[in-house]
Amino acid sequence: MKIAIASGKGGTGKTTIAVNLAISLGNAQLLDCDVEEPNCNLFLRHDMEEFEDVTLPVPLVDKEKCDLCGDCANFCQYNAIASLPSGVMVFPKLCHGCGGCALVCPENAITENTRSIGIIERSADWSHVDLWQGLLHIGEPMASPVIHQLQEHISEDNNVAIIDSPPGTACPVIASLSGMDYCILVTEPTPFGLHDLKLAVDVVRQLGIPFGVLINRSDIGDSRVEEYCVSENIPILMKVPNNREIAVLYSKGIPFVTSLPGWNNRFVHMFANICEQLSTRAAE
Amino acid sequence: MVKQITIVSGKGGTGKTTISSAFVSLANDLVIADCDVDAADMHLLLDPTLLKTDDFYGLKVANINTELCTACGDCLDACRFNAIDGSFDVDIFSCEGCSVCEYVCQQNAISMIEKKAGESFSSMTRFGPMAHAKLGIGEEASGKLVSTVRNNARDLAAEFNKDLIIIDGPPGTGCSVIAAITGVDMLLVITEPTASGIHDLERVLELSSHFRIPAAVCINKYDLNESNTLSIRELCTEMGVDVIGLLPYSRTPVDAMLNEKTVLEFTDDDFTSVVRSIWDNLHDRLVSSAETVDITLKSSLM
Repeated sequence: MKIAIASGKGGTGKTTIAVNLAISLGNAQLLDCDVEEPNCNLFLRHDMEEFEDVTLPVPLVDKEKCDLCGDCANFCQYNAIASLPSGVMVFPKLCHGCGGCALVCPENAITENTRSIGIIERSADWSHVDLWQGLLHIGEPMASPVIHQLQEHISEDNNVAIIDSPPGTACPVIASLSGMDYCILVTEPTPFGLHDLKLAVDVVRQLGIPFGVLINRSDIGDSRVEEYCVSENIPILMKVPNNREIAVLYSKGIPFVTSLPGWNNRFVHMFANICEQLSTRAAE
Repeated sequence: MVKQITIVSGKGGTGKTTISSAFVSLANDLVIADCDVDAADMHLLLDPTLLKTDDFYGLKVANINTELCTACGDCLDACRFNAIDGSFDVDIFSCEGCSVCEYVCQQNAISMIEKKAGESFSSMTRFGPMAHAKLGIGEEASGKLVSTVRNNARDLAAEFNKDLIIIDGPPGTGCSVIAAITGVDMLLVITEPTASGIHDLERVLELSSHFRIPAAVCINKYDLNESNTLSIRELCTEMGVDVIGLLPYSRTPVDAMLNEKTVLEFTDDDFTSVVRSIWDNLHDRLVSSAETVDITLKSSLM
């Protein structure tokens, strides 16, 4: 079972929900796919060890062979290679690693090198939650390759794999949602929360992933999010109130299920509801 | 010379849009650019009237003509993005538009087609001109759309004779953030005194020093955890960045949002008076950075 925690708007509580759900269920794999700002381990405090490097291929031009024909630069869709009178210049951060330039070069002057854009880390030692995280190097623009590589480590051995997604609706979100069985959309009952929830609903509907909504800080705003969910027939999985105690625990990096009684069961119960929703769906 | 300032945070939901929209209602001569193109919210507060809408084309996508395709599999082998499946369907979410498949196809069965990836808008609000956009679902080119919004904002600044652009940035550190901060005069980083807020602040400050853009920091909800607030101040001192505002934990942002107003239109309280002082501070910094440039220019001319 693979569950992603996502939201259009940032700061709605994805990481909080992902971590607390993983702890409540146990024997869980948790993958932090918010590789631009991975935060799950601030709450788990595992010793992490580097598992592997994430690399992308980049062109390497042999100046001896290159006759400056410019075919590579004409072919490149990303403006990552430029042919100048003085030589060919490569702009690695713009390169997607498609291999096109090497393919089109009539002189076979282009080979490929690799460069690191991020790393994958894993809990060195775990008993309850097996944490994996991706980390995009500072200054690197492309998060999706790191997310794709992290996704390859989803294991079927645990109860559940929980994916903490990045915010938004762009390509890194799609990368983190690929192959998911279910998606929990976390929102808050404000105009921004509702607007961005609708965008996120568009995403999961287009991808055909079954989903439900979790309303965080459920008492800060108005009822429009709930009314929207009812009118769209979207299950509301849980409401977490705007409790200063929860906010303070969060600020200290303490998962609230470990301090506030009753919440552990509520997460277990939510998971059971999700499983039921999925089996009803399968039966239909 | 038009000045540009980008509001960023690393972590989402720290108050970027609340604060940048408040600045807009304080300053007179500015253009606003909402560069959080995949979850743009500023328009909910500013209720813009559209002046101009342009279609945005991102990367092209491969299209396979099944009449011509002989299922040889060359494209499948050549595609590095696993965007073509065994039945020769193109997954438009995975395709990055590189056109390698088009090149290798011996039957000329593949063409690269333009795909509308969103829209960009130039608008007018009650506080002045605004550039914004809407990215299509799952689109690749969010950085490119951010650049489009910034170009539109510069055009609006020229047209309406404004000398400042305030850019509401996206969360994270990746392509859309890089596009939103490249070449600006200054960053205002909004953080909060939480474990995540601090971690993400550190990464954004690394990004600002990587691109050599001066930054200042504002701590929202500073009283949620005062010992973390102290740690942030220490971190900022270490990194040579000024903390220019401490905003209290307050209901004002949500209440203002529910009324579709900026915080300054909505009320006058502890929260909004700090917002005003942050703006004054920022404004002084932008003016003084302009003077520094003038002096350097003059001295280089002498």
